[in-house]
Amino acid sequence: MGHLLEVRNLEVKFALRFGDLTAIDNISFTLDKKEKLGLVGESGAGKSVTGFSIINLISKPGYISGGSILFEDRDLSKLSTGEMRKLRGHRISMIFQDPMMTLNPVLTIGTQMTETVLAHMKVSKSDAMDIALEKLKKVYIPSPEKRLFQYPHECSGGMRQRIVIAIALLTNPSLIVADEPTTALDVTIQAGIMDLLQELCTTEDMGLILITHDLAVVSQVTDKIAVMYAGRIIETGPTEEIVNNPRHPYTKGLINSLPGGLQAGSRLAQIPGMMPTLTDIPDGCAFNPRCTINGPICLEKLPELRVLDGKNHSAACHMLENDQRDK
Amino acid sequence: MFAFIVRRIIQSIVVMLVISFIGFSVQHNIGDPVRDMVGERVSVEEREAIRDKLGLNDPFWTQYIRFVGNAAKGDLGTSYFHSKPTLQVILSKAPATLELVLVSSIIIILLTFPIGIYSALFPRSLFSKIVMGFSTIGVAVPVFLTAIVLIYIFGVELNWLPAYGRGETVNIWGWETGLLTWDGLRHLILPSLSLSSIMLPLYIRLIRSEMMEVLETEYIKFAWAKGLNKNRVWLVHAFKNTLLPVVTVFGVEIGILFAFTLLTETVFQWQGMGFMFLEAVERSDTALLVAYLMVVGGMFVLINTVIDVIYGFINPMVRIAGAK
Repeated sequence: MGHLLEVRNLEVKFALRFGDLTAIDNISFTLDKKEKLGLVGESGAGKSVTGFSIINLISKPGYISGGSILFEDRDLSKLSTGEMRKLRGHRISMIFQDPMMTLNPVLTIGTQMTETVLAHMKVSKSDAMDIALEKLKKVYIPSPEKRLFQYPHECSGGMRQRIVIAIALLTNPSLIVADEPTTALDVTIQAGIMDLLQELCTTEDMGLILITHDLAVVSQVTDKIAVMYAGRIIETGPTEEIVNNPRHPYTKGLINSLPGGLQAGSRLAQIPGMMPTLTDIPDGCAFNPRCTINGPICLEKLPELRVLDGKNHSAACHMLENDQRDK
Repeated sequence: MFAFIVRRIIQSIVVMLVISFIGFSVQHNIGDPVRDMVGERVSVEEREAIRDKLGLNDPFWTQYIRFVGNAAKGDLGTSYFHSKPTLQVILSKAPATLELVLVSSIIIILLTFPIGIYSALFPRSLFSKIVMGFSTIGVAVPVFLTAIVLIYIFGVELNWLPAYGRGETVNIWGWETGLLTWDGLRHLILPSLSLSSIMLPLYIRLIRSEMMEVLETEYIKFAWAKGLNKNRVWLVHAFKNTLLPVVTVFGVEIGILFAFTLLTETVFQWQGMGFMFLEAVERSDTALLVAYLMVVGGMFVLINTVIDVIYGFINPMVRIAGAK
């Protein structure tokens, strides 16, 4: 058996009135069991679209226009709606950004948990309740028996995200896609949720795709990172490599903008400019208007991902060699 | 729940007091009941005597308090025209109107929910587009026009359905019902269709837009991501949330239905409270008008209380607030 998940040359387009817009352009990555991948980038880089395309739930009018998504040796992009539904929430679970919005306000937590179990497994209602209870315990919810009969508004934000994670675990999936799971939470609660996800990957034998704009979070949790910019992966490699030895000027900018080891009152570094919108991606390298080391070739030719120094580290930049020389 | 009921009862009393005050002020300031009662040929002295006897020369507040006191005992005055207690007159007409409103509400619920939900789920389908087109026109068509067109088509040209009256009724514990005879039901069809026609387009649009909004929420997306089937997502997750605003509006809309029975009952010669009300206006039967106002106001308060209780059952957040 190959990888747990292998995304190959994925391309996602949005069908708009004036023509199709490419949101995800030629993305490839792999994930093994127990492995944790971080998809990092600014808003609009295509991280979430990538995540949703795995379970084929891209919001309309988006659609997968090319490439393949091999999951447990089946190509998800070619499955029928019914087959895909059976995989969703069963083999692949998703955790959403805002736990205040993800749970249905008018259904009890027990209902929202058991319905998932009943949709995928042939068990009785009381067995489904037992499974729900077991998973609530797994995510360290206090007095889980009581929670089953409560409504979402009776729980705090952190509690709700734990419940969402418990829902994701119900059917013992082999892959979890977490779309900014801690962005809407307090910093103090963030760490707890991240620790929990990390722990569960190991104990439950799952792969995790962590979608976030927060490099700090990703560097603590994941094994490898893919940095996205304007719908493409521009640098990927083991987390340690990316954080300690970033090669793409964009990744460097992201890491420099983290507030680590700074003096109080000093200004944080920032990358000048904004990420281009999908409608006006510049010719050549999409990053060139904001780049500090760009040369003439950057305006003409789109850089491909190139493998660097044999540590599974690759980056898409024309200026890598020059950059190396400058050092 | 107990606190909720107590609070609602107090609210209802306040609302009824306001209604009675408005009703009584209107009665007090328009028309002269003595003239209505005795005609033109009675002398001024005799009139004064009657006025004194009826307490009509007392100060406004004394009369109002007496009115409220009597109303609390179930005495809403005497109809000048019918020479009977007004409440008795109204109650004899109430079943016709209540059945008309009930059947219209059922028609509204049975038609608007499936159509509204369908057109929210498949907004691009031909059916949805046709429905939306018709509902735009429908909002603008007045109820008496609908009624006349219905009478012309089904009553006159096709001669399928009776065009006026209640038909055969059955008396059950003093309630004249047309719901239990075939003839009574046939007579109900055209009036209730006309009456419901004012709410159908509004309701379809309301349900459609609420449902479309709910379908865009994160929890619906999450429900899909859990791998639930369509029916579960649409009919449990989305529908229950769509219901919340719709139920609230429905309580208010029933009041509007009662108001529109005036027109519908007139067009169809339907012997209900609306018909009676218009007759009372023609005859300046002010006591009956005020009593009508009180009874309809009371029903409105009652219906909305029931709606609030139902709402509490659907919306868990309200239930908690009520329990505290």
